[in-house]
Amino acid sequence: MSWVGSAVKRVEDPALLQGKGQFVDDIHLPNMVEAAILRSPYAHAKVGAIDASEALALPGVHAVIAHADLPTELQAQIPLLVPNPAIHYPVMQYVLAKDAVRFAGEAIAVVVADDRYIAEDAAERIIVDFDPLPAAGDFRAALEPGAPTAHAERDDNVAAAFSQAYGDVDAAFANAAHVFREELFQHRGAGHPIECRTMLAAHDPVTDTLTIWANTQAPHRLRDVYCRMTGAADNQVRVISPDTGGGFGSKVQAYPEHMAIAAAATQLGRPVKYIEDRREHFLATHQERDQLWDLEIAVDADAKILGVRGKLLHDSGAYLPWGIITPFISASTTPGPYVLPTYKLDVTCIFTNKVATTPVRGAGRPQATFAMERLMDRVARELDLDPAEVRRRNYVPAAAMPYAVGLTFRDGSPVVYDSGDYPACQAKALDLADYDTFRAKQEAARSEGRYIGIGVASYVEGTGLGPFEGATVKVTPGGHVIAQIGASAQGQGHRTMLAQIVADRLGVTPEDVTVTGGNSADLAHGIGTFASRVTANAGSSAHVAASNVREKILKIAANLLEASEEDLDLEGGRVFVKGVPEMGKSFGEIAVVANGMPGFSMPDGISVGLDDTTYFKPERSTYANGCHVAEVEVDIETGNVAILRYVTAHDCGTIINPMMVEGQVAGGVVHGIGNALFEWMRYDEGAQPTTVNFGEYLLPMATEMPTIEQTHIESPTPLNPLGVKGAGEGGTIPAAAVIASAIDDALRPFGVKITQVPVTPEYLLDLIAQRRND
Amino acid sequence: MTDRMTISLTVNGDAVSREVSVRMTLADFLRHELGLTGTHLGCEHGVCGACTILMNGRTARSCLTLAVQADGQSIDTVEGMADGDDLSPLQQAFIDQHGLQCGFCTPGMLATITELLNTNPDPTEHEVREWLSGNACRCTGYQGIVDAALAAAKTLQGKVP
Ligand code: FES
Ligand code: FES
Repeated sequence: MSWVGSAVKRVEDPALLQGKGQFVDDIHLPNMVEAAILRSPYAHAKVGAIDASEALALPGVHAVIAHADLPTELQAQIPLLVPNPAIHYPVMQYVLAKDAVRFAGEAIAVVVADDRYIAEDAAERIIVDFDPLPAAGDFRAALEPGAPTAHAERDDNVAAAFSQAYGDVDAAFANAAHVFREELFQHRGAGHPIECRTMLAAHDPVTDTLTIWANTQAPHRLRDVYCRMTGAADNQVRVISPDTGGGFGSKVQAYPEHMAIAAAATQLGRPVKYIEDRREHFLATHQERDQLWDLEIAVDADAKILGVRGKLLHDSGAYLPWGIITPFISASTTPGPYVLPTYKLDVTCIFTNKVATTPVRGAGRPQATFAMERLMDRVARELDLDPAEVRRRNYVPAAAMPYAVGLTFRDGSPVVYDSGDYPACQAKALDLADYDTFRAKQEAARSEGRYIGIGVASYVEGTGLGPFEGATVKVTPGGHVIAQIGASAQGQGHRTMLAQIVADRLGVTPEDVTVTGGNSADLAHGIGTFASRVTANAGSSAHVAASNVREKILKIAANLLEASEEDLDLEGGRVFVKGVPEMGKSFGEIAVVANGMPGFSMPDGISVGLDDTTYFKPERSTYANGCHVAEVEVDIETGNVAILRYVTAHDCGTIINPMMVEGQVAGGVVHGIGNALFEWMRYDEGAQPTTVNFGEYLLPMATEMPTIEQTHIESPTPLNPLGVKGAGEGGTIPAAAVIASAIDDALRPFGVKITQVPVTPEYLLDLIAQRRND
Repeated sequence: MTDRMTISLTVNGDAVSREVSVRMTLADFLRHELGLTGTHLGCEHGVCGACTILMNGRTARSCLTLAVQADGQSIDTVEGMADGDDLSPLQQAFIDQHGLQCGFCTPGMLATITELLNTNPDPTEHEVREWLSGNACRCTGYQGIVDAALAAAKTLQGKVP
């Protein structure tokens, strides 16, 4: 049997269920001290003298470290890792604020004490000479002439500008039967994993090596950034990402705090731990926040799309730690599953005095999908067609795969959809949702004064992007099968997924495979866990590496058993002659041979060691897709939206573990529902955050969430040996679009049209009142 | 006023006595003084439920409870749920129903559902969802957690799910 494709129970679970996980805050090193961080109370201010004398006088305080106390190499900005010529002003955050702060929450000083309680007491006693400056708050207002600038040395707030375009869009509009325009405001909040950012750094003076335990999604990148800044060699720095309580994008970046805590540990010669609290997470962990889309669609008389054009404003925040990647992905996602002959989007990225924005689960795609799907709904409404039918008329047909969209992705390669059957995916979703019988149900509900509606939305998602991710598979003389990857897990179940893949190649069970990940010392290179890329890349690497180990086992065994390789089989940790299990060798015995004997030459044609390291490098991204259908009920008195049913049809290519894929989709959908209805990171006009706890910022909770009904299609990709595509973000991407679609449908008697997410009760009541007054 | 106090309590059935700072939270006491790091902190302001433990059989937020308030009480944490290597029916149901991903919210979920099943052994899905209104999970979409609670209820009542 094959382990790939079966719902194997997770190897991660037993420890986590007994409180035996190892999260960063669970690690306690001898001599360890704890840090608190003094953060700016102002959104924008000059920073003058810092007086820490009262803090230092407090018993139990070991150090207060501000910008000037850092080693010179770290008195610097975090490097911009993804430069782009579209960036006007490539400005990054200093490790600790130098002479200015540009968002409320920017780190100014690290306070180290015996414990966190004392460190926080001390932080309160530090006196900073601030000179407040006017702040750039709302990103739209920040573009107005004369608006306060987020960086005092700049004349405007334009961080970057670029266009994504192909075809003659203006000609398409000139010849169109219909043109419709929408202005759409979209807010996405933040990732908010339940575990905030955590880090622990320890410097070993004997070997002059630094170890950083951090719940990062990209341990190698954190190592590389630290090395690049300090000049350390990469074998002097090890980053370990142990068990991690969720990420969703928020833990991808190498943050200033990582560098500051590493510096504190090195300076003090003691391990220093820093555990972010939730309020700090609201202030200083990257978010995705605001976009404004002003978009037009041109269609012919049959509702076939001729072109889409418009403008996108993107709130970058104060710095550009991930360049312009989020808006770039947005601009490249708009065409979605549709044949879009012409397209032009002009994108402006805007500095504000708020924490930087970087990708959150979905990474700019939910907004593009919302924009495109709102246009499709608008076409359906104006031409009086079924929204599902309008989509069907425009889907890229399965026969057109591979399909070149016309766009160029940020790595310069063309956007080419590799496989998928979008009409079939929609058909599956509609079928499961009983779409055909909904109108009768809706009519019956309306006659009782209830407003129910159905929505539909499709998306295409670039996943599994390069450049590479690596895996080592090895068999030890003790017979242990080990798989190591560089990428770290935040709950996805990497260990189970990899164990399934390796077990299939080596004829063992998943429990026989020990999987580790997230330790930068295990593999020389790594990129990280984001963009739904680990199964496609590290999974493929593990598959290839395990296949290579398998070949080597066969080769050595053939030699020892004087049999031909074709006559051998692998099972239960042994290699043996087919049908004659006693004529065989254990994996351990093979490993002994492969590891060599002191003083003897290696056997002919055998390379050293029963292991293989492979870095799978995909040629380009592979495109997953899906279709969601939601049924909602709107209470027109309270503005409350209840989700009655939520159906997904999901295609992520070959499925390794259906249970885990369904878990990813369900979690993703609920995150998307949070974006659609609840989550709003608010700031006042002066860029002061006003939602800094879970009472003010609402997460989706079990009580309001529906059961997610799922169906799947498998369109394997030809771009990797497993045929897999990413599954971690697809649930989130169309959620806001489908809920807006369903709300519109429910409120059709009022002619309400959703042009904002989240759809709050106040917003909805306003819309209903407006339409009633019209 | 003294800022340290000696407290005596029962944790997972064992008697414990320690001198603690009066401002130390119960969560920090469990995690750092007793090394019971299975109890997690997600918000430290009483909303996310990750830190939920059982005090005398009832759920309590260990982030909002001071260690000194636990003096004389009986505390149960996730570390005490299994019988040696044998997982409890609820823990097993979390594996079978994929009730966890990162596992960070999980100890709080287990404590909360334990109290539910003690007070309402045969809850409906709606009742489970209502009961979980104070526990946030960012990974699972709650589905596996709800399914696990329902499956555990069946097992505990002797009905094989
Ligand atoms: S940590 Fe106690 S409720 Fe969130
Ligand atoms: S499993 Fe990750 S927060 Fe619930």
